[in-house]
Amino acid sequence: MQFRRSFLLTAIVGCTLPAGVMAADPQPTRGGTLNSILWPEPPGLVLGLWVNSPTLLPATKIYEGLLSYDFNLNPQPALARSWEVSADGLTYTFKLQPGVKWHDGKSFTADDVVFTFNEFLTQVHPRSRTVFQRTRASKIDDETVVFKLEKPFAPLIRSFDAIGGPIVPAHIYKGTDFRNNPHNAHPIGTGPFKFAEWQRGQYIHLVRNDDYWRKGMPYLDEIYYRLIPDSASRALALENGQALLATQNDVELADVGRLKAMPHLAVETKGWEWGAPISWMTFNQRRKPLDDKRFRKAVMYALDRNFIRDTIFFGLAKVATGPIHSSSPFYDANVPKYEYDPKKAEALLDEMGLKRDANGLRANIKLLGLPYGEVWNRFNEYVKQALKRVGIEVTIESTDVAGWGDRIRNWDFDLAVTYLTTLSDPVLGVARSYISSNIKKGMLFNNESGYSNPKVDELFAKSETTVDEAERKKIFSELQRILVDDVPVAWTVELQWPTIYNKRLHNVIINGLGPNSTFAEVYLTPK
Amino acid sequence: MGRLSRALIWIGKSLAVLVAIVVLNFCLIRLAPGDPATVLAGEAGASDPHVLAEIRQQYGLDRPLPEQLAIYLRAVVSLDLGFSYRNQRPVADMILERLPATLLLTGSAFLFALAIGIALGSAAARRVGRWVDSAISVAGLVFYAMPIFWIGLLFVLLFSVALGWLPPFGMRSMIPPEGAAARSLDVAAHLVLPALTLGLFYVAVYARLTRSSMLEVQHYDYIRTARAKGLPEGRIVRAHILRNALLPVITIAGIQAGQLVGGAIVVETVFAWPGIGRLAFDGLLQRDYNLLLGIFVICSVMVIFFNMLTDIALSIADPRIGAS
Repeated sequence: MQFRRSFLLTAIVGCTLPAGVMAADPQPTRGGTLNSILWPEPPGLVLGLWVNSPTLLPATKIYEGLLSYDFNLNPQPALARSWEVSADGLTYTFKLQPGVKWHDGKSFTADDVVFTFNEFLTQVHPRSRTVFQRTRASKIDDETVVFKLEKPFAPLIRSFDAIGGPIVPAHIYKGTDFRNNPHNAHPIGTGPFKFAEWQRGQYIHLVRNDDYWRKGMPYLDEIYYRLIPDSASRALALENGQALLATQNDVELADVGRLKAMPHLAVETKGWEWGAPISWMTFNQRRKPLDDKRFRKAVMYALDRNFIRDTIFFGLAKVATGPIHSSSPFYDANVPKYEYDPKKAEALLDEMGLKRDANGLRANIKLLGLPYGEVWNRFNEYVKQALKRVGIEVTIESTDVAGWGDRIRNWDFDLAVTYLTTLSDPVLGVARSYISSNIKKGMLFNNESGYSNPKVDELFAKSETTVDEAERKKIFSELQRILVDDVPVAWTVELQWPTIYNKRLHNVIINGLGPNSTFAEVYLTPK
Repeated sequence: MGRLSRALIWIGKSLAVLVAIVVLNFCLIRLAPGDPATVLAGEAGASDPHVLAEIRQQYGLDRPLPEQLAIYLRAVVSLDLGFSYRNQRPVADMILERLPATLLLTGSAFLFALAIGIALGSAAARRVGRWVDSAISVAGLVFYAMPIFWIGLLFVLLFSVALGWLPPFGMRSMIPPEGAAARSLDVAAHLVLPALTLGLFYVAVYARLTRSSMLEVQHYDYIRTARAKGLPEGRIVRAHILRNALLPVITIAGIQAGQLVGGAIVVETVFAWPGIGRLAFDGLLQRDYNLLLGIFVICSVMVIFFNMLTDIALSIADPRIGAS
């Protein structure tokens, strides 16, 4: 067994300096209540059973993973204090934190970890199931767990966060029907905050875990997640200080600039490095003329994505150059560029033989919009105008979340707007949209465009089993160049969701998990 | 026909209407694309076939539609409204939990609208063509025409943000005060803005209705007779004009009362009021079939109940109606 130096190093650094940002704020104050905004109401709070975004915000304070990840997605200690990966990439050994207690007072041990990965997540987690089905966890002693693989799986080291790999208590779930376990109404974790009460339609109340394993933490006494259904009311709550924190889509982007100008509020766009959300339009390549690469390129040239960034997203976005998010260690900016160039778009359409008719139109396509509020409606309107300019008539189809999902999974669309978190490793969050083995009717968030390229399939497969990071970088660079040239989907922008918080609140965004980190370090200065 | 048999016919009719509503709503909801599992997958950004199949099986969504309808009807007959997929709780519990909040909001708005509307309407009718009449008409028209969510937001801006007098949203303070009296006051303070917003819309309706109805009635012969008898003006207005003028107002009020449960979605959303309207709206977006059907059933029962009350109220105001 051999140490992977970089990981071990970060482990040691992480242990001695649990929160790098604390150096700037030497005296965190104990106490205080954090009133945070939450919307929509989550379906449940047990991480793993539910991974919807409103679940994550409160649940990541209750549950923890073995690791956490910094802004560059380097692993940091969490429930694991150190770890080693063997040189062949087939054995992962985790040393667990000593003296950790579940919220009900029972001790946390290696048995909980083994149960979580071998039995719980592999059955219920909608995303991590397939990741951990490749591994077999076993207990060495109460503080040591070993994961064995049959074949190397390089993304594994970036899969142990609380969202993808939350540790659940074996003494509560073992041998039960996980989905119908009565304890699901009262989640038990190891995190810095304990579940206290959920008043449906009003709030979720978490209280300080006095036995938290990081001594002296958390600093806050309690957190209230206030359910406020109207976005104007949410902005007001931040303005008048009734709420101290909002994130993601809580506030309409149009309001963010106004709030940012207020002396008591701060806006942070970092903290989504782990999620790495990219928005794009999926071409249904089973339909003409969307099956023609030239048509797809023409769409790319016809869109002024700088305009989309600045005007539609109010600057809270970054132009996406391809399938991999710019915060990923595997991002390569050196790919074919699609600068705004309507002439080029028209030339490509001419070349295809799609000439303008008497009304100046070359083609008719339908655009299935994303039902997530005003920003996305404006986005649709812009696409309609921009494509009309090069002779493509766009009919906007609006729907709600259920209708949108149903249309996409049954391939009933021409062009569909979507955004997806591309996650901590391209194998986990990017490959799913492009590999041909993932063309599955009836399911969401797979290769809905029907794009198929054997070379792409082969490279993604190779990137899974290649252990060396430098080698993987090369593979992903090649993949990015091929995909960007093939344009299976029209990437528009990387979303930079704003986290808006009261300046009395400190240490809010300190790593790549952003508002979905544990908040053990968050503290509140008195008024 | 005896009173008993009339009541029996009425009950039979109501039950038939109720069953028809359940079946119709069941079919309507299923016509909407997507199902609860799709919504959950959509929100999670992940859709694993195994997990989705498990969820559909757990909810019984994998069974044929007629079978699902039969199961639901059987449950409703035994007064069981089923289980909410999304919230993992019995629908009846959720509705009962939200019902008081909605009834408090819509009830206060209703009484406020009725009292103020009738008062303003009679005031306008008695001073027809004068400035009071014009002022009431204009104000009524403005509140009637303005979108309700807009009035709500303006009130919040004025009374909560600028003046800081009243809480902007929610039903209770984030840290509720000690003691029952203080807590009631706290809820009352939260109630003012949403009830006012919802009520003002109906104030306009009742004021205009009362005004036009009174204007019509006061030219009737029996009013002239009353005046000729030398009755005092106040008594003429109250006992002769208003009582007869109120019939259309009661009819409209009855219709509004039937909507007390479901009619406040917009206001409940703007003010984060934890009521039924919002529950229904969320339930629709999340395709929470059982929850939606449960709310429809309760709303239908309320409409039927208030129709009955309206009939009774009309027969009290005008005994001739009961006799016919």
